[in-house]
Amino acid sequence: MRTSVCDIVLAGVGGQGVILLSNIIGKAALKAGYSVRGAETHGMAQRGGSVMNHIRLGCEYGPLVPAGGADVLLALEPAEALRYAHYLSTDGIALVNVYPVHPTTVTTGQFTYPPLEEILTPLQRICNKLKTIDATKLAVNAGNPQAMNVVMLGALSEHIPLREEELIEALSESVPAKFLEVNRRAFEFGKREV
Amino acid sequence: MKEYLLGNVAIARGILEAGTGVVTGYPGTPASEIVEALAPFASKYGIHVEWSVNEKVALEVAIGASWTGARAVSVMKHVGLNVAADPFMTLAYTGVTGGLVVCVADDPFCHSSQNEQDSRRYAQFAGIPCLDPADPQEARDMVIYAFELSEELELPVLLRPTTRVSHASSDVVVGQIKGRSTNPEFIKDPARWVMLPAHARPRHTVLLEKQDAIRATLVDVPWNRLVLRGDIGVIASGISGLYAEEAIKQLEADISILRIGTFPPPDGLCSELLEHVTKVMVIEELEPVLEEYVERLARKHNPDLEILGKRTGHIPRVGELDTLLVRNAIAGMTAMPLLDVRSVKEADEILPPRPPALCPGCSHRATYYAMKKAFGKDAVFPSDIGCYTLAVRMGTIDTCLCMGASITLASGIRFAGEERDICCSIGDSTFLHTGLPGLLNAAYNNARITVTVLDNSTTAMTGHQPHPGTGFTVTGDRTKAVSAETVAKALGADFVVTVDPYDLNATIETFKRAKVYQGLSVVVAKQTCSIIARKSGIMRRPFTVNKENCTGCRKCVEFGCPAIEFDEAHARINALCTGCGVCAQICTNNAIEVIE
Ligand code: SF4
Ligand code: SF4
Repeated sequence: MRTSVCDIVLAGVGGQGVILLSNIIGKAALKAGYSVRGAETHGMAQRGGSVMNHIRLGCEYGPLVPAGGADVLLALEPAEALRYAHYLSTDGIALVNVYPVHPTTVTTGQFTYPPLEEILTPLQRICNKLKTIDATKLAVNAGNPQAMNVVMLGALSEHIPLREEELIEALSESVPAKFLEVNRRAFEFGKREV
Repeated sequence: MKEYLLGNVAIARGILEAGTGVVTGYPGTPASEIVEALAPFASKYGIHVEWSVNEKVALEVAIGASWTGARAVSVMKHVGLNVAADPFMTLAYTGVTGGLVVCVADDPFCHSSQNEQDSRRYAQFAGIPCLDPADPQEARDMVIYAFELSEELELPVLLRPTTRVSHASSDVVVGQIKGRSTNPEFIKDPARWVMLPAHARPRHTVLLEKQDAIRATLVDVPWNRLVLRGDIGVIASGISGLYAEEAIKQLEADISILRIGTFPPPDGLCSELLEHVTKVMVIEELEPVLEEYVERLARKHNPDLEILGKRTGHIPRVGELDTLLVRNAIAGMTAMPLLDVRSVKEADEILPPRPPALCPGCSHRATYYAMKKAFGKDAVFPSDIGCYTLAVRMGTIDTCLCMGASITLASGIRFAGEERDICCSIGDSTFLHTGLPGLLNAAYNNARITVTVLDNSTTAMTGHQPHPGTGFTVTGDRTKAVSAETVAKALGADFVVTVDPYDLNATIETFKRAKVYQGLSVVVAKQTCSIIARKSGIMRRPFTVNKENCTGCRKCVEFGCPAIEFDEAHARINALCTGCGVCAQICTNNAIEVIE
């Protein structure tokens, strides 16, 4: 028996704005009348490490999405999409920003960063639908590369049971007013991609 | 009213609603946000909120406040309670006047910690009640109740969230904020407040006699709840109770469940469950606190009961639990099919690891680079707890035990007869937290070591909190700024030199002098944390690689700044560069230049 309406896993690199995204989604869900449970990564991993947040809409239980249970995996970085792919359910959807961020283990030459196809092929195999998005470029087009997370939010908005107005309202409450216009554009660009 | 709140913010909200007068704490993941969330309300509600110098100090300040009748709370992470254990244990004897809540956040799985000790054991050890919230709502509700309970029993109460409660977010129903209620007055009562042996002995008896009252009071709380169904049962504490409820729902299984939110657990509800079932699984994270209790109780109420848990290997004693793990444990107990944990083999095979790393331009990287140049890789490098521990791959972090242990471990290594050079490192906040007695001890006992204070003017790792060296309090008010150099001299170090790690040569030269100094030498490597620098508007011109001069030697790449990449034959500096200029000093080919 299902124990939540929609389970989302957000993956990325510390500093990419994963926590801000969780907050926006959580606040929007509250507006929509859902009970929400979220688990956030704070602390050590935020120094450029791999980070993962969970958010469960219409859920009264623990904040962690069970492995194999996510309806949507929203990844702000391709390697991080694959790292947390086991959270996806077989019916799940993966939305992946294809712009890679190299960890220091790669920049210092200890490891190599795999070609994009090698990351996407297994993702394709294990979920129902994979959608790749050049969110970093779209954010630049929108006027600020930092708004990449909001491009991805726009893409996500088409796949979760929250209305655009609720998300935009939560977005406006969560970012400084002077960045709102760029962020709204970023949201729109992301939404159009999917 | 409902708000979407982080668990720690929900706890802060409860503290505010309870009319608390004094809030103290030392930053530590996963507890830091509680004090931070309260700071903005300090002046409006007349609350004293402070970042204390360490947890022992924090708890003692809170105790003083409680003894005047004010409500007080002291916040820390689990290992912080080790530092505060001395006042904590005797506090149970003296008891309290105003409600006193010790809020200690545990970190199963060591997400951001050096161990995963279970604070429920501390409550048991001290003989005080412990509340174990399952989610942010319970955490907010429990903290308000904890103050009442504390006043009723005249005992401190331990509130013990875990990472998945403190750093969970959810919709939380909040209430009215009431103002502080009491007129604080310290009433002299030597038999209570002066723990001479003659007073301590009777207070120990008083504490033991209170144990029955604790159990009786906790009988009616809403966080212990029993649902009787089939003759197989589950008993689970804190967040494990949520995992168990979800698992039972997913399995659609006919299983009785008792959720526990208090320690000591409720005897009545527990015996009711134990008498109803033939087999029970005890589900909790970390130590088998509940399990041992159930075993004891079953001897009386159902000696034939089959008890599954940590002892039988059904529930792990390390790391954290989750719904899938609990689901499979319950399914296994009832002979229902297990769910495979999904794995994607390519993730293990092709992905480069992405551990957290020092930021671009972090001065610690420069300090360690210089340290290694001066001391060589063969020297011994005890270290401490902070962002700098992330530099472990640079070869200058040989130890990390607990807050403040760098200087003392270095001293012990020297006193044992180790003859190589010893250079330890400790961050500014950690130095002020528990490094000071270690330095005093090193000076007093003539330790021939070099101590490096990595002074970046913040408590960076836990989220950039101010400390006594910064000149600011938690509420943003200006205060005295204590200089590491002055303190080090006052504690008895003769060789004390402050240096800017961005000036690589000067730093290397300073370390070389410290190394040959025949005594205790202290190097204060002073440069603002890059994140603080960015926030306060300090901008430096970024650097770039001049490909004509770059020979591809990789020296700069090996320095490990995330802003430096390597493509085919040349280094390249990306947009993350903060302009610290250190790599340009490392490059021997003059290939790294500032962008004019
Ligand atoms: S937060 Fe500050 S101290 Fe920590 S790694 Fe970044 S620059 Fe260094
Ligand atoms: S100047 Fe060099 S070391 Fe400093 S931040 Fe830029 S790339 Fe990194």
